[in-house]
Amino acid sequence: MTATHFTEAEVARIRADVAILSRTVRDGKTLVYLDSGATSQKPARVLDAEREWYERFNAAPHRGAHALSEEGTEAYESARSRIAAFIGAQPDEIVFTKNATEAINLVAYAFSNATTGGGGGTGDRFRIGPGDEIVVTEMEHHANLIPWQELARRTGATLRWLSVAEDGRLDLSDLDEVVNERTRVLAFTHQSNVLGTVNPVRELVARAQVVGALTVLDACQSVPHLPLDVRELGVDLLAFSGHKMMGPMGIGALWGRPEVLDAMPVFLTGGSMIETVTMESATYAPVPQKFEAGVPNAAQAIGLAAACDYLADLGMDRVHAHEMMLTERLLAGLAERPWVRVVGPTDTTDRGGAVAFVVEGVHAHDVGQILDDQGIAVRVGHHCAWPLHRKMRAVATTRVSVHVYNTTAEIDAFLEALDRVPEIFGVG
Amino acid sequence: MDLYQELILEHSKRPHGAGLRDPFDAEVHHVNPTCGDEVTVRVHVSGDGTGAVLEDLSFDALGCSISVASTSMMAEEITGQPLSAATTKHAAIKSMLTSKGADPGDEDVIGDAVALAGVAKYPARVKCALLGWMALEDALAQAGHALRTADTTTSQPTTTDHRDAPNSTEGTP
Ligand SMILES: Cc1ncc(COP(=O)(O)O)c(C=O)c1O
Repeated sequence: MTATHFTEAEVARIRADVAILSRTVRDGKTLVYLDSGATSQKPARVLDAEREWYERFNAAPHRGAHALSEEGTEAYESARSRIAAFIGAQPDEIVFTKNATEAINLVAYAFSNATTGGGGGTGDRFRIGPGDEIVVTEMEHHANLIPWQELARRTGATLRWLSVAEDGRLDLSDLDEVVNERTRVLAFTHQSNVLGTVNPVRELVARAQVVGALTVLDACQSVPHLPLDVRELGVDLLAFSGHKMMGPMGIGALWGRPEVLDAMPVFLTGGSMIETVTMESATYAPVPQKFEAGVPNAAQAIGLAAACDYLADLGMDRVHAHEMMLTERLLAGLAERPWVRVVGPTDTTDRGGAVAFVVEGVHAHDVGQILDDQGIAVRVGHHCAWPLHRKMRAVATTRVSVHVYNTTAEIDAFLEALDRVPEIFGVG
Repeated sequence: MDLYQELILEHSKRPHGAGLRDPFDAEVHHVNPTCGDEVTVRVHVSGDGTGAVLEDLSFDALGCSISVASTSMMAEEITGQPLSAATTKHAAIKSMLTSKGADPGDEDVIGDAVALAGVAKYPARVKCALLGWMALEDALAQAGHALRTADTTTSQPTTTDHRDAPNSTEGTP
């Protein structure tokens, strides 16, 4: 049975959980928040969970043996289990980071540490140098591009990429050439934060497996929006951020296959990640502790677990169905406006609810300003994907991105507000 | 909405004196990294010290209406003027744009650019309106004529033109 989108009454209940959605902006206008791709809004349950941590459990997890520390450790580890379950993983396959950016950097630095002999780890798999290749795609967020550029620079490896076709999908015609026996790692996004394109993960993973390359999936824009199971995806490592999935800022995670995490050298070092220490050297704790140096963002981890529970209770299949219903309405509305060019797939096949567009002849900043003046929050600019914008021949785009709390009335309000743009700028 | 006054739309659609010209003493390229606005500014200065005159200011602007209009207004206001006048106008526009609305701007000093007063209420757009002026400051400095108002710049000077970056469009290398 296919899942159904939320009814108006159901969305109203969800919205009642998210206080910020009822505030007004710009002289009393109702806020229409269509920028969840940048960061999502949070339900009371998440805020309560963070507050409860500080009111009941606050102590450094995994340090000390007093009652609070014990309970705090238990709360923190329970958060890890619930977040793991949300993506079909085991608890000790989840490494907490501050966000996806840090998670991806962790992997990139594991490669350089392996190359220079640091960081413990046993993985020849992570050694990389001249003659080796790192592959990304042209649609990556800077968070999944620059860490690899830097890794290539540090190690002498070569950075290559799969290009994006006119329709906003990956051009896989040269997949077998670009991903080849020299490829050590293939890092790509599950869903583009600009185009909305959902990439064919299994096809890419299959090719990477043939050549023995490690796969790293940027799941920042997929974990919050669709039912996902890490084992079905088949990737080796996967990164996401809590704040895009109704969780707090300051918490994210790296998921990895146990044998991969086990062999991977550490990135940040210091307290809590060790097994034994002498003045000369140290040995490191098992996964995931060896990747979690320092006192963790425990309250945020617990907030993220509450967000996972909240989304799981709604049902991710229904969250997805709801967002796709909104996206379909949005795409149909934009298609009726000939002065709009959607940058990305124009139908809902293999795409999510991030929709970027250009109003021909008007800069995205101006489009965003006119929407903002009517209380509508969208993102304008290159959305941390500058090379992609250049490829799609857009200096900047305006991006609408939806989440489970958005309504059809908000999509309609956005479309109506957008019509002010050609009025003011005399185009279209 | 009051931000988009007719004068701003007019300047952004038909920028005053747009297009890069010779001769020039210095050329700079500035970008606004948050949104990708770009401007190239060339200056040609004659004379020295207090007698220095900005003989020509030419530019190529790619960006939002606010950044293009502001650069156009700048060209209109200061091309052919003594550098001392450019300095005064530069300081006046900066003061107006960063005043959060407290300084409404003086038309006698900055001409059409008073139409940009509304930008000061939108912190995210101040950078757009200052882009051309910051590029001017940088170009004059490179030409050996530093403006006296040397505070922080809000845009990032770059030496390469991003539009022509070697890896940007070809796909796999
Ligand atoms: C696809 C994608 N990857 C990575 C990131 C980086 O996320 P964060 O800034 O939370 O680390 C984002 C967020 O904008 C994103 O959309």
